[in-house]
Amino acid sequence: MAKGTIKMKTSLNGNVCNVKALIKHKMETGQRKDAKTGKVIPAHFIQELSCTHNGKSVLNANWGTAVSANPYLSFEFTGAKAGDKVVLSWTDNKGESDSHEVTVG
Amino acid sequence: MKRRVFLKGTLASSAVAVAVGAGILNPRQVLAAWPKSAFEAKSMQEALNGALGSELTEPSDAIQIKAPDIAENGAVVPVTVSTSLSNAESISILADGNPTPLAASFMLAANTAGSVSTRIKMGKTSNVVAVVKSGGKLYSARKEVKVTIGGCGG
Repeated sequence: MAKGTIKMKTSLNGNVCNVKALIKHKMETGQRKDAKTGKVIPAHFIQELSCTHNGKSVLNANWGTAVSANPYLSFEFTGAKAGDKVVLSWTDNKGESDSHEVTVG
Repeated sequence: MKRRVFLKGTLASSAVAVAVGAGILNPRQVLAAWPKSAFEAKSMQEALNGALGSELTEPSDAIQIKAPDIAENGAVVPVTVSTSLSNAESISILADGNPTPLAASFMLAANTAGSVSTRIKMGKTSNVVAVVKSGGKLYSARKEVKVTIGGCGG
């Protein structure tokens, strides 16, 4: 399991929680060739991403290779308050994964 | 090797089944468990059929795409899709000039706002297409982004 790949910030405005996340991942498309060997670099990218708020799902995403390297994601959900837990996790096509929890407020 | 991939697949789907049982995910969201065929599809039609079950979308003014008119670096194109459609269930982002057009699909919970921002790769100048599913229907909007590969600005 990958560690420390997720940077996430939440900001609270009333009961609206804004989530901004940056994930460290190379998001290799599988279409590039290695300049030295001429071999295709195998695809390696995040496929599934999920975000929960106090254990309840607020966003699920399916990603393809066209999401940029070191992906950025931002979205908002309502019904949040200070002290709530927001967890973001991802899984890539090689089965690697990471998860990160932040406390709102 | 094939067998391992297969096993991994079954493990992942059983984990999803457990999540459904525990009520963490609702079935609508689970249906969208990584649609391989959609992400590998080479045409917009196939990608839309694979990801959303239909290629028929209705153009809508209620979807806004915020993306640069000219992207100097096609590897990092910031895209924000927001919609004022009520009950938006999902937002999908596609680039119709890419070898595989589907970039990302976001499944939204009832309390999640109809707006997501991310960054995508674009191989060449083409349209960024946003498809929003709301009330079982598909709505779309598009915006052309010019990609300057030489990096000379524009």
